[in-house]
Order: sequence, then C-alpha cells, then structure tokens
Amino acid sequence: MNEKGKMLMKTFNHEIKDEVGIHARPAGLLVKEAKKYNSKITLNVNGKSAEATKLMAIMTLGVKQGQVVEITIEGEDEDTAYEGMKVFFEQNL
Amino acid sequence: MQSFFGKSIYKGMVMGPVMVFKKNDDRVKRKKIENAEMEITRVTKAIDLAKKQLQKLYDKAIVQVGEASAAIFEIHQMMLEDEDYLEAIHNTIRTELVNAEYAVAMTGDNFSEIFSAMDNDYMKARAVDVKDISQRVVQNLCGQEEVDLSSKGPCIIVADDLSPSETIQMDKEKILAFVTVRGSANSHTAILARMMNIPALIGVPLELSKIENGMIAVVDGFKGQVIFEPDEDTCREARQKIQKEQEKLRLLHELKGKENVTLDGRKINIYANIGSVSDIGYVLENDAGGIGLFRSEFLYLGRTDFPTEEEQYQSYKQAARMMAGKKVIIRTLDIGADKQVDYFQLGKEDNPALGYRAIRICLKQPDIFKTQLRALLRAAVFGNISIMYPMITSVEEVKQIQAIVEEVKAELEKQEIQYKIPKQGIMIETPAAVMISDELAQLVDFFSIGTNDLTQYTLAIDRQNEKLDDFYNPHHKAILRMIKMVVENAHKYGKWVGICGELGADTALTEQFVRMGIDELSVAPSMVLNLRKIIREMTV
Repeated sequence: MNEKGKMLMKTFNHEIKDEVGIHARPAGLLVKEAKKYNSKITLNVNGKSAEATKLMAIMTLGVKQGQVVEITIEGEDEDTAYEGMKVFFEQNL
Repeated sequence: MQSFFGKSIYKGMVMGPVMVFKKNDDRVKRKKIENAEMEITRVTKAIDLAKKQLQKLYDKAIVQVGEASAAIFEIHQMMLEDEDYLEAIHNTIRTELVNAEYAVAMTGDNFSEIFSAMDNDYMKARAVDVKDISQRVVQNLCGQEEVDLSSKGPCIIVADDLSPSETIQMDKEKILAFVTVRGSANSHTAILARMMNIPALIGVPLELSKIENGMIAVVDGFKGQVIFEPDEDTCREARQKIQKEQEKLRLLHELKGKENVTLDGRKINIYANIGSVSDIGYVLENDAGGIGLFRSEFLYLGRTDFPTEEEQYQSYKQAARMMAGKKVIIRTLDIGADKQVDYFQLGKEDNPALGYRAIRICLKQPDIFKTQLRALLRAAVFGNISIMYPMITSVEEVKQIQAIVEEVKAELEKQEIQYKIPKQGIMIETPAAVMISDELAQLVDFFSIGTNDLTQYTLAIDRQNEKLDDFYNPHHKAILRMIKMVVENAHKYGKWVGICGELGADTALTEQFVRMGIDELSVAPSMVLNLRKIIREMTV
C-alpha cells in the first residue's frame, strides 16, 4: 500500500451479534447511515465485498450471526464516517 | 344492493370490503424498441410511482401494524433505489434495445435468483421481495391496477377462479371469504378454503367488471348467498347472525381438552389435515389429536425449482416438534392431475386424473422421491412422524416403495446421518386398492381412505368438471360399501383405518363411519370440534 493509501483508509472488524445476521432491516439502516458520508465504505466478509450504500449487494453477502465483517472506510470524511459506522454496528448489528 | 347465489363450501358468515383479484397472467413480452432513453424515462417514472405507492403503504402500515412490521415497505423502497438494480435495468434497455417492462421483469428475475440460490433461508425468502418490487414497477409500466393484499385490511376476495398457488400466496390473515365465478366443490381452491376456515362461494354468476374494490359485501355460507352493497336492514341482520355464529363457536370450543368418545365408550381419533407448517396453529387451536394428512406437495407449489432436502427436513422437523409427540402423518408428493408444477415438466396429458401423478412420478423419478424420503427419515427422529403414500393400485408398487426406503436407509446409515424408520401407510383412493385391501393390509401399518379421488374414480366423474357436480354423489352406496370393505380387511390384520378425504368431515355420515369401525377421521382443523360433539352425543 502506498503512502497515500495508508493515510486515506480506516478499517475495523465487527462480529455480527444479530440472530438473523445482516438481514433486510439493518441492511436498510446501514445504507441510510452510509449515505450520510462521502467516504467509500466497504464491507468485506468471506472473500466477498459490498459497498455499504448498495442494499442488495449487502444482503447477498449473506452475513450470519457470529461472522466477522471487516469494514473499510476511505475518503475525505473518513474520520467521522469511521466513528459513525463503529457506533452504528455496535448498536444495530 | 345486488345479490347472487353460489355453491357454499364452508358454513360461515362474514361482512367486509371486497377485493377483486384480477389475473395477471399475460406474461411480459419482449419487444424491440428504437429509443433507449425514452424507455429509461418510462422506467424512472414507473419506479418513482412505485416508491410513492410504497410510502403510502408504509404510512398506513405504521398505524395499523406498527413500525417493525411496516419496515418492509421501507426496505422495498430502498431496493428500488439500489444502484446495481437500476444499473442492470438501464443496461438491459441500452444494450439489448428492449422494452422497459421486459428489462424490469428480467432484472427482477435475475436478482431474485441470486437470493434464491443463497444458503440462508431468510435470504432465500427475500427473492419474493425482489419479485414483488419488480412486479409493482411492471404493473405501473402497463398502467395496471395493483393487486396487493398486504396493504389492505381483511377483505372478501372476489375472482373468476383461483389456482392453489394463488391462494397459497395470499396472506390468510387478510382474507374474510372467497367468492369465485368458477371453481368446483372438490377443487383444491375449495379444499384450501375449508382448511383456512373461511366462507367460500363458488359458481357465483356475477360479472367481475361490475364489482369494485372496496364495495361492502355480506357472504352467507349457510344460504350460499353474497350480497353486494347491502342495505341497512341486511347489515343489521348479518351482524346478528355473525354474532350468533360466534356464540355457537364459543360453545364448541368448550369441548377442547375432552375425549372423542361415544356415550357407550368407543374412542375415535380426530386428526387434522394441513398443507403447511403455518397451518399447525389451527390444528392446536382446534385441539386435534394429531395431523392425519400433511399435504407435502404444497412445499413444491408456487416456486420455480424443487425444494431441497434441507428445506423439506426443516419443515417436517418443525411440524414434528410443534406437535410434540402427537402423530404427524405426512403424505409424500401428490403432484400431477390438477396440481401442476412447471418445473416438473410433466407435459400435457389427455387424461391427467388417470395419468402421471403422485406415487407414479415418485417411482419413475426416484431421485425426487429419495430426496423427500431422506428428509422424512431424518425428521422422524424429532417426533411422531408417519409416512403415507398416495395413489396406490398394487402390491408391487408398495414393494417397490419399500425397496427404495431400504436404499435411502442404507445411504443414511453409510453417511452416519441420524434417522428413524417411521410407521408407513398408504392412501386407499383407487377402486383397485379397495379390492386388494386384504393383501395391502399385510404390507403396511395403516390405511387412510382418500374419498375425493376414490369417489371420482369409482363414479367416473372428473372432479374438476363443474358440469358434473350434479352427478357427483359422495354418499353413493358404492363408496360407503367400499369404505366398509376396507375397514374389515384392515382390522382382519390388526391395522387401523382412517378417512382423510372431504367425506371424513361430512357430519351426516359421522355416526355411520363410527359404527363401521373407522378408527380415525382426519378433517379440516375447523371441523374437529364439530365431529367431537357428534361423537360424544352418539352410541354405536
């Protein structure tokens, strides 16, 4: 990763606690939350990834309870987006 | 005020708004277009309209059912905003130069297939959501009126005719009654209505175009009458009748927890017929002693591909668990004849009732059969499951089945998968099976008489043909004598006999059946307590 890349990317891992995994409702809320930021937010799990602003892509990841999702945030407002996403995942998933 | 008469399927009475169910069977056609951007503008408009419709539904649902249940309409709106979904539609139009309707329908199919293919039952079910939103957009594009029960309160469904897969997709909580122009008393629509305990009138000579959504109607299942836009007197009378009926029902429910025993001590099992796990609520509510007929074919209807072993296993296991040790008799696949499923590719037959159906499919295509048997044997570990095979005509068929069960057993054994061999019985629904019931009784654990098919085969009457309803005499002596013969032959070899056809619920015959020595009656859940009442008041 280059210098710029390092600077412009934040990552955290989150283990899904919701019984049904990332189902439609939290996925919908996630999209809403992600759209608040300009940063590109991506979910990575099981070797697949989906942008947090794309509802169907997130749903088709089929994330189940107990799985760990890596969330990467990249963009000008990544600091605020990072904080926002952390809180969101803690509270909703 | 307009009044019509039809044939009543279930004695009950309701009053409420009407919902006209118009068939949406004209498939979306693929058309070449010249101007892609014009089609895209059409799509954009149709999607905007769909989002507005969904917003309305959401607002309504929040008031009626609360925020959590209303959320689905918000999700649907967001799905319509999904970038990948929109991009796929736009790309299809631009690259293939096809009409908007086709592009939306195809994209909807593609996306829903992605969901169907997931290994997660919850996500699989979302395939329906994608289809739903796509259909809504297509309807808007065609300028069609929407047919959506989810948005409405309980209503009376008025239709030309309804297919089993159409009725099964309807939200049962939202249906007060069925009124159809066509349909026959023994069609599966009628059977479903009985199972759902709601009044249904068939063969009602009304003009659908004159009936509007939201009109108030009274459906009187006792008289077989439907009255549209009733006057005040009629409404008052209807309300009184409905109240009286509820009182009767309340008294009937006092019989819950009591035995099905005659005054002189003969005990009968009264079980319930169901079509899916979601019907078990009715079974328990009406205090049935078990499930006498679980029509497993409903797992196969209303979908585009075979249900997997795992799906079936989960359904059967859940049924066994919910019934907590009570008998759950699951009938293997009974597809064919009037129950057609596209993906079976059965082909057209001149005589479907005498054709390739039920156990015949299972024996000719053992892969389909084995999947179901594996699921059944695995689920049997979790409760009191029995298997029942339909459409038997010979001893050889039963022996073939037994050989296949042995194969499945050996496979499970080899794979070290937990299983149990359940009790196995057969349906007696062909005159041939009646005549050799003495031989069959030695091969199986029990019999269940399917009177609908037995009557149609004995009297040579096609149950789908409304013209023949007048000739169809279910009380025909031939049938009653056959039932008697089957009971005697079964008892000779110590096997029990039940009736799971509609005749089992015929209260005019209950006493006669008990006297014949019938051991079990399996009926629509709503009839369980009615039969209990008759049995408790009779002597053999």
